[in-house]
Amino acid sequence: MTTTPNYSKAMGVDELVGSRPVVDAPFGNALIAAHKRRGDIVGLTADLGKYTDILTFRDAYPDRFFNVGMAEQNLVAVAAGLARTGTVPFATTYGVFATRRAYDFIAIACAHSNVNVKIVAGLPGLTTGYGGTHQAIEDVALMRMVPNLVVIDPCDATDIEQITHAVADYQGSVYMRLLRGKVRRVLDSQRYTFILGKASVLKEGTDVGIISTGLMTEQALDAATTLAHEGISAGVLHVPTLKPFDGDAVAEFASRYAAVVTAENHVIRGGLGTQVRECLFDAGVVRPVRSVGIADAFIELGASQTLMERSGLTTMGIALKAREALAR
Amino acid sequence: MASLPNHPPAQADIAALKARAKRMRNHMLVMARGPGQGYIGQGLGIADVLAAIYFHELRWSPEHLDDPERDRFLLSTGHYSVALWAALAEAGVFPLDELPSYGADDSRLQMSTLDTTPGVEIIGGSLGHGLGQGVGMALGLRLRGSNARIFCELSDGELQEGSTWEAAMSGSNFGLDNLIALIDCNGIQADGDLVIDIEPVADKWRAFGWQVQEIDGNDMKEVTDALQAARTKGSRPHAIVLRTKPGKGVPTLEQREKAHFVRVDPDEWDALIRELKDHN
Repeated sequence: MTTTPNYSKAMGVDELVGSRPVVDAPFGNALIAAHKRRGDIVGLTADLGKYTDILTFRDAYPDRFFNVGMAEQNLVAVAAGLARTGTVPFATTYGVFATRRAYDFIAIACAHSNVNVKIVAGLPGLTTGYGGTHQAIEDVALMRMVPNLVVIDPCDATDIEQITHAVADYQGSVYMRLLRGKVRRVLDSQRYTFILGKASVLKEGTDVGIISTGLMTEQALDAATTLAHEGISAGVLHVPTLKPFDGDAVAEFASRYAAVVTAENHVIRGGLGTQVRECLFDAGVVRPVRSVGIADAFIELGASQTLMERSGLTTMGIALKAREALAR
Repeated sequence: MASLPNHPPAQADIAALKARAKRMRNHMLVMARGPGQGYIGQGLGIADVLAAIYFHELRWSPEHLDDPERDRFLLSTGHYSVALWAALAEAGVFPLDELPSYGADDSRLQMSTLDTTPGVEIIGGSLGHGLGQGVGMALGLRLRGSNARIFCELSDGELQEGSTWEAAMSGSNFGLDNLIALIDCNGIQADGDLVIDIEPVADKWRAFGWQVQEIDGNDMKEVTDALQAARTKGSRPHAIVLRTKPGKGVPTLEQREKAHFVRVDPDEWDALIRELKDHN
């Protein structure tokens, strides 16, 4: 029997399978809307405008867009300088380059003075099949260690639209992960509201509490449905802001369940999995915790969907951990 | 804002600026005396340039430090703080009797610069950070139609940081004629003489598309002439390569060869201050 191989897409986020509607370039379009509303936004990129959805902003406001070339340290430094003259710069590149190459600039030129810079980081976790050079698997952990910096991992198009406006209005340095291109709409924009620094209960349950961030919240919602068919009632808490961390909401949510599963598109150690454990321990909420996330390893090249399946970043992966945590 | 002088004068008062530089050097010795050490060599070396910037060229007022139309001076080498504190104290941003607190716990006048001290535009000290922020500020000022300019100091050792050249590329690419890089070439870095050859400095900046002048950074006439020449518009940023002498103005320190971080014995200070007074 022959099977069709799964190919990773050139430069691309592999489009994840699913039946939910998709939205084109939610970030770029929200940035245009935010500028229309505020009038002070500047777009920046380091030769990845096409691949971070910011070209729509360039087309709308060519005088307010600057491409610094492949120079991520300078991207962040220029953004810091722009912020100090009263504009609100949004600087895009891939998460790996922003964090690994420009760490000192994010820490000192931005976060130390909490200047009004927004770093928008593409290709979070396993959304690319390009391997360790392009997969930002530890970026949240790195950014979370920088004092003052706000760190956000959006779930979907709704989240990205709301987060773009919220961080434009927030005075200070922000690192946000980006989902680009055709991004699915998971959250109902009429019912969901992103509040910076707040977690959001998306579903109530009685047996197991799933705490998720980023695009894994979509899988968490689907896992809750899967588990319901097996007679397991799961709640879902979406934690888009990883710093400042809404520890009160996490502890309160977890306290209502017999067991907890965390799910993130990031290494578990240093990421959401670690933060939830710290927070529950401090709050005295003792529950078994199982985690879905990336192992402490560089991930090979391959189709994004394949890599996610191999790492267990799937609906079934979350459901499996839920059963484990409940010892069923 | 009407609070700022419209334009620096066409003619520089060289004698007055030299007197300012000398007073600033004295302030630096007063500061370094407390901890008995500091980056005094670099400070004395760049004193003439800072005197020309703060008391001649900069459209800036100590009474309106956050005026959005002010020219901005960025000290990228935060460890030269002793020179910036001397200039800001001489300008009246803080009182002279605060100078001896240099480097002491809880002082505003630390051994490296934080932007929490009045008059400091950026956090210096992690080298290679200044010019890129200068590019961003120059872009931001141009975007809102301001005539304000950015003067960014950086050092020869700092040219070894790759980010400096990322910033140099972008400054010329964006045609920022409101950006002036002041490159202090004093020939020393932490490990002694420059450990990596960065000459010819001026040619490198020319090759990156900047309008370049190369001068004696301890000659007040050359410094003010170069700053005046850098007022010209023309779609290219300006670079002034400053050849300076560490310890300038205090012969004993000038001769203390290649001293990146000067330590002075307690009984030497009075002699050094006398030397400065007697030296022309």
